[in-house]
Amino acid sequence: MQVLTFLLKRFGWMIITVWIVFTISFFLMRQIPGGPLNGERVLSEAVRARLEARYNLDAPISEQYFSHLWNTVQLDFGPSFKLQDYTVNEVLAQGFPVSVALGILGMVFAITIGMTSGVISAVRRNSAYDYSFMLMATLGIAIPNFVLAAMLIVIFVFNLQMFPAAGWGDISQIILPAFCLGAPFAGYIARLTRTGMLEVLSNDYIRTAYAKGLSPRTVVLKHGLRGALLPVVSYLGPAIAGILTGSLVLERIFVIPGMGSHFIEAAIQRDYTLAMGALMTYTVLLFVMNTLVDLAYSIIDPRVKLE
Amino acid sequence: MSISDHKQKELERLSAILQEAHQVQGVSLWTDAWKRLKRNKAAMFSLWSLIVIVLLAIFTPLLPLQSPTYQDVKNRELLPPQMESYSLGIKEYDQETERLQTEAQTHAYGSSEREALLTEVDARVKKHPIQLYWLEPGFISKGMISLRLMIFGDFCIPSLFGTDKLGRDVLSRVFWGSRVSLACGFIATFVSLLIGVSYGAISGYLGGWVDNLMMRLVDVFYSIPFIFIVIFIMSFLSGPDVREVLNEYGVGQIHVFFLLIGAIYWLTMARVVRGQVISLKNEQFIEAARTIGATRMQIVFRHLVPNVMGIVIVYLTLTIPAVIRFEAFLSFLGMGVQAPDISWGLLVNEGVQVITIIKSYWWMIAFSGMALAVTLFALNFLGDGVRDALDPKLKNK
Repeated sequence: MQVLTFLLKRFGWMIITVWIVFTISFFLMRQIPGGPLNGERVLSEAVRARLEARYNLDAPISEQYFSHLWNTVQLDFGPSFKLQDYTVNEVLAQGFPVSVALGILGMVFAITIGMTSGVISAVRRNSAYDYSFMLMATLGIAIPNFVLAAMLIVIFVFNLQMFPAAGWGDISQIILPAFCLGAPFAGYIARLTRTGMLEVLSNDYIRTAYAKGLSPRTVVLKHGLRGALLPVVSYLGPAIAGILTGSLVLERIFVIPGMGSHFIEAAIQRDYTLAMGALMTYTVLLFVMNTLVDLAYSIIDPRVKLE
Repeated sequence: MSISDHKQKELERLSAILQEAHQVQGVSLWTDAWKRLKRNKAAMFSLWSLIVIVLLAIFTPLLPLQSPTYQDVKNRELLPPQMESYSLGIKEYDQETERLQTEAQTHAYGSSEREALLTEVDARVKKHPIQLYWLEPGFISKGMISLRLMIFGDFCIPSLFGTDKLGRDVLSRVFWGSRVSLACGFIATFVSLLIGVSYGAISGYLGGWVDNLMMRLVDVFYSIPFIFIVIFIMSFLSGPDVREVLNEYGVGQIHVFFLLIGAIYWLTMARVVRGQVISLKNEQFIEAARTIGATRMQIVFRHLVPNVMGIVIVYLTLTIPAVIRFEAFLSFLGMGVQAPDISWGLLVNEGVQVITIIKSYWWMIAFSGMALAVTLFALNFLGDGVRDALDPKLKNK
């Protein structure tokens, strides 16, 4: 019941947020000179009139706003301005699974690498492992992922020729971008896990666990890790937002046909409908993910109240 | 007798206390924090490196660097790092101009040869390489450049970092790019500071429904993917029509860009400041200010804000690297700083664009990427150090 009211409340806030984003971007789009039809080619009056009619640009602005809003509510983002013959929905439906696959793999990289190195650092505190892992974590946080990606391409693709340079579809093509996507978050997660672990391992119940003769492995992984998970889970919200933005750059570097590439391309080409559709999708995605993270948090730690 | 004796004793006691008080040095929050920061070697090393980086960025025009914008595709396209010396060639150019001038003097006054030579001299003066080497430098940069020409003349540091696709020196571009990247970091952070601190302080101090409304608004803003909206806005701003409008008002696209970044990074600051103000506003010194008739705004900005500076500084050290990274990210996508301006993100982007299967021009990525990474690395370390030093929980430990 509590969960249900929580979800309902969140849904209400999501609607408000999406509406605000929609309104801001709609009026920005219409108010600023240089519409999507003012390309390099000068259009004749007749062609322009027909195009304007097609994209409903000739109606008064309030009417445009409401009809656009109504279409968006029905999840119909209209035809793309620049990718002729495609509707925005089609383009997004193509890009979305690609971006999701990349994002999930990046997240998996971040969590496995981050938590493993964090746990090892905490258990072997002040050892060479600890120092080198933490140095690497700070490096991962400091180096922007596009710089990392560029360097890794030079090393692994051109010098060692271990991976293909770009494209999508093959397992070997996804490893490098997913790693670059996850690297900064692996760094954060490693640091959070280490701090959380150190705090947990100094607790009395850990001493009890040792005292009753459990193996160190069981103590650390079963009793320690559970407590150390909390800060990591609470970090997942910002991490997901970061993964979304990171995918913009990495999809571009590795020429992956995901939603990020489409969004950037649309923004550069001033393809309003496509950019708007992608923006709406990102907003909803971010909101849903954050809600899920909050839910997960309350499941792991029953003391946390859902609000 | 006994009374004056008593007085004497009392006087001695008081002066002893006074002396003791003089000997005890009060430790302010800042000296205390500074002491703790000084003990943190990593943070101090980062601090010194950052000071060096900032000084180099400020005094870039003074350094004997090559031109960051002069293109020489024919002779210097994509050269690898090298030690070969390079000359600006200004002295030669000036000598040639002077020679033509004196040659013109030898011809008769008003003769066609003399006129032709004089127009050539005129053209040469107008097309002086200085105008090609540094595009529209500001007033101060111009002064520094002429000082540099006076000191070093034609001498330039060789292309230690190689050259780019258009034959421009990468070393010099990394230096000039640092100016934009760092300026963005500081200006945008300053904007976010202004907005965040005023918003948070006002919201926290007023309380009640105003506070509720203001914080709900922040909650909504939190779930808006601003990065995407900024990309959206930047794509409009890069249009030629909009640029014209902006130029009419005397603002460059880059200024709008700085402000935009600052305008989206204030949310956390506002929350933190609000929390701090709420815990402070019932303290006695606020009561005292109110009794002597201070207005609400005076209380907020004169009495509350200075007291939340500690935590604000901690957040600043986190915001600056975030902003620099964001600028680089946007410029990398082609949505931020636009040529002919230079920033580190833009340089990395140029590097990525020349990667081909046949040859990787590693120097175009490595050095700009490293400059960015080292700066962010140092800022992160310093930020951690400052946080530890200012954390009130750790005080006096």
